Amino acid sequence: MAEKTILGEYLRGIVKDNPVLALVLGLCPALAVTTSVENAIGMSGAALFVLLGSNVMISALRKQIPPIIRIPMFIIIICTFVTIIDMVMEAYTPPLYKALGIFIPLIVVNCIIIGRAEAYAIKNNVKYSIVDAFGIGTGFLVVLVAIGAIRELLGTGAIVLFGFKLISIPIYSDTPATFMILPAGAFMTIGVLMALVNYNRIRKLKKGA
Amino acid sequence: MEDVSLFAIAINGIFVKNFLLVQFLGLCSFLGVSKETKSAVGMSAAVMFVMILASTAAFLIYEFLLKPFGLTFLTTISFIIIIAALVQLVEFIIRKFSPPLYRSLGIFLPLITTNCAILGVVILNVRLEYGFIESVFYGFTAGVGYTMVMLLMSSIREKCTVLRIPEAVQGIPHAFFITTLLSMAFVNFFGVIPT
Repeated sequence: MAEKTILGEYLRGIVKDNPVLALVLGLCPALAVTTSVENAIGMSGAALFVLLGSNVMISALRKQIPPIIRIPMFIIIICTFVTIIDMVMEAYTPPLYKALGIFIPLIVVNCIIIGRAEAYAIKNNVKYSIVDAFGIGTGFLVVLVAIGAIRELLGTGAIVLFGFKLISIPIYSDTPATFMILPAGAFMTIGVLMALVNYNRIRKLKKGA
Repeated sequence: MEDVSLFAIAINGIFVKNFLLVQFLGLCSFLGVSKETKSAVGMSAAVMFVMILASTAAFLIYEFLLKPFGLTFLTTISFIIIIAALVQLVEFIIRKFSPPLYRSLGIFLPLITTNCAILGVVILNVRLEYGFIESVFYGFTAGVGYTMVMLLMSSIREKCTVLRIPEAVQGIPHAFFITTLLSMAFVNFFGVIPT
């Protein structure tokens, strides 16, 4: 592996190791909360906070954690940060907290976070762990916002972000395809996105060969 | 808490709020395990079993330990520890008393600790303020719903192995398209239960 640079590590989290599209982790929140762009941003913000906290903590303690009980320790560290964000969001952003529902406490079992702890934070120093957390967190944000934007635009005919109407399709928004807001629309959106990513990868491979 | 009949809970858990197709809980293991029916059956049995046990244990801990002492902020952390401990316990017991069952179920048990369906069911029990019988019953019906979708999905995917699918769609995207169709069927159950 080539030498690590901060920018390289950051971009790797967004493109090559994109948590949802490339590693296929953390699907449950990616599909459940992406009925609107606003929820998508809220969810990935919460996930980024937990990921950052757990990556820093685990990487700082990596020499102290005995390998045999590392998984329980990861879970307890992650759980601490989840409890913090859970209480903060309940206090300061009640509507968002209500929209995200049980998916805030469920960040505990989000495979992205425990996956990064196991694959990265336990082996690298604090500086790179922070960069990795931001990279993966941004990758998660990008995918969630993309899914949220597609579903909100096609499902309601407009994208509304924090009270402002960003885009709306004039005639379409009178009779939008509500199908996209329903769970089935989420499965279809991510299926199409993944197929596109695969198509792109295969085309690149063929070009290279 | 208003009165909810067990029948309404059952319909809710199995169809209207199906864990996999409507609430998106437990998707990671769903896509991984549903390639063949045999492993799907093993996983579903393990999930159902742990769901019932976890709902029971979580209710007791929440009602008699966390609530009286004002420790509800520890809910998430104590639930995940309960689940992890339960899974470990179940593994020990099964290995001791029924080696054949352990061989078929054993490999799925560690996967369950971080399955969001289990944690989801216990958190939902608390949020919906279900009583003891309702909690355990909801755990059971959620398990039934999970099993049903798992079996449907795995049999469809087994049949699909003979299809010719474009290279880019093979694997997970294809599984998602099948799930879309299944989910569309389940969406029709919305409104069966007046809220």
